[in-house]
Amino acid sequence: MFVDTVIEDKSLHKPAFLLGLSIAVLAFFFTFNFTDTIFGEFLSPVIGNPEESGFFGRLVVSFVLAIIFVLNLLLISFAKLKIQILIVWIELFFLFLAFAYSFDLELAYIFIGEPSKIWLMISKGLFTTIYISAVSIAIATAIAIVGAIAKLSNNGFAYAIASFYTSLFRGLPLLLQIYLIYMGLPQLGFMIDAIPSGIAALSLCYGAYMTEIFRAGIQSIPKGQWEASRALGFKFGLILRKIILPQSIPIIVPPTGNQFIAMLKDSSLVSVLGIWELMFMAKKIGSKDFNNLEMLLTAAMIYWALTIILEIIQARIERKYQQKA
Amino acid sequence: MTMNTKSGNPVISLKGVSKWYGDFQALKDINLTINLKEKIVICGPSGSGKSTLIRCLNRLEAHQEGEIHVSGIELHETMKDVDIVRRDIGMVFQNFNLFPHLTVLENCMAGPNWVRGIDKDEAKERAVAMLKQVKIPEQADKYPDQLSGGQQQRVAIARSLCMQPKVMLFDEPTSALDPEMVSEVLDTMVELANSGMTMICVTHEMGFARQVADRIIFMADGEIVEQNTPDEFFNNPQSDRTKTFLDQILI
Ligand SMILES: Nc1ncnc2c1ncn2[C@@H]1O[C@H](COP(=O)(O)OP(=O)(O)O)[C@@H](O)[C@H]1O
Ligand SMILES: [Mg+2]
Repeated sequence: MFVDTVIEDKSLHKPAFLLGLSIAVLAFFFTFNFTDTIFGEFLSPVIGNPEESGFFGRLVVSFVLAIIFVLNLLLISFAKLKIQILIVWIELFFLFLAFAYSFDLELAYIFIGEPSKIWLMISKGLFTTIYISAVSIAIATAIAIVGAIAKLSNNGFAYAIASFYTSLFRGLPLLLQIYLIYMGLPQLGFMIDAIPSGIAALSLCYGAYMTEIFRAGIQSIPKGQWEASRALGFKFGLILRKIILPQSIPIIVPPTGNQFIAMLKDSSLVSVLGIWELMFMAKKIGSKDFNNLEMLLTAAMIYWALTIILEIIQARIERKYQQKA
Repeated sequence: MTMNTKSGNPVISLKGVSKWYGDFQALKDINLTINLKEKIVICGPSGSGKSTLIRCLNRLEAHQEGEIHVSGIELHETMKDVDIVRRDIGMVFQNFNLFPHLTVLENCMAGPNWVRGIDKDEAKERAVAMLKQVKIPEQADKYPDQLSGGQQQRVAIARSLCMQPKVMLFDEPTSALDPEMVSEVLDTMVELANSGMTMICVTHEMGFARQVADRIIFMADGEIVEQNTPDEFFNNPQSDRTKTFLDQILI
């Protein structure tokens, strides 16, 4: 994004803004009474028994919280951009942990057992999730290239088939597609296992979305590129391969990365077919011992970690193409 | 390279060519013969069909009536060998249309290497020679957007020349350029003309037209209103529309 060369005063450093913010934050903490939380306990030397501290306790707790919050913002505002980002990330992460902690979980649960539950999740569930997603992404990409070309062609059959396909598979909920493929194909006489049906559903659904992304990417290349290529005597396939697709890649990569990330998480839907991927494992292991939340949270963290890895890869690729352009 | 070879050796001929965009007729009954080594300048007001005309010559646009022959091959809807014709006709566009993801050298090698089947070393040799001819061999490894407009247009000319075309088409090659870059492109075109290339140029650069054109064609409303030698065209215009046009452009 364009960054202006004139630096404005940070609003945080204006007394009026700071005062207004402090009051708003104070009001927030006061309204959502925090006296009964860990903070009230922490301040019991001042306010006595939190439960009996009444208005005074509530005011003190919210006052202290507001000061911590605003001071925190103020201090961070003096740091360099990268450090700001890092600190805020860490703080938000700890807030998230505090949120999870407040569930009163038995975290040791995921590490006990032989093999441990977390190891089961990673060795079996994570592996299956990655396997299903990777295969589906590869197939969806292939479908998308063919679909995009068909949608841009003058061939009536190709266009009709491609547009029917994208309409249908973008129009039905993924969960429904999974059921339809798993239960519908056997009706036609094709016996199909759970994992292939899951992969088929994910590939077809995301292939439909990616068809549109690829089509838009190809269409965004100026007509002059086609004309110059045609004038040199290039044939259609050559133009697409050597001239158009290489130029569309920087346009296609960011939304495609989003699709990959979305698909990784939507792969959890195939758990309804009893496939031993992350989500299924989490539900199965957790429900046995009534530790559902522990296992779901474990799955959540694994999905999140995977997503972060994909985001890093996506950013790398984007940077690579930006340098060239 | 005598006047003799220029006459009676048609590379391009149009007979009664008409073209419509929907209901709008952009070309009206065009008859034109262009001989080997001839230099034609086409001028006329905006929207008069100049681009449409030269884009019909390599079939970037389709005509609906009449016949167009290029090197003896008729251009029509169901022709199988349009690419053979296109390889022999170079085209230079107003907006250069270089391939931005390829270096200057790769832009010039693409045609010969990919469609003429010439191996990389030879294509490179040829590209370097052509870049020398347009006087920017030192830019070979840059990407198009690192060059000025004039340099980009000269690369576009070199890219076309690498295909060793029989005919070169130019569609307002200097119109998108900053004024100080116009002459470097025109100089390149003059040199090309002097080397004996058959050229059809849509341009309003009347100095260039005077210097190299064998014939100037004036178009208006999709018709060829007048065609003549530069001397006659400038000194003795026949139609009122030509006079008005010249008055406007020669101020
Ligand atoms: N693709 C198109 N669709 C519809 N009309 C067009 C198209 N291209 C050109 N025209 C029309 O045809 C006429 C001639 O256009 P053009 O050949 O580009 O003129 P010139 O190059 O002389 O300025 C103009 O009136 C223009 O609006
Ligand atoms: Mg034009």
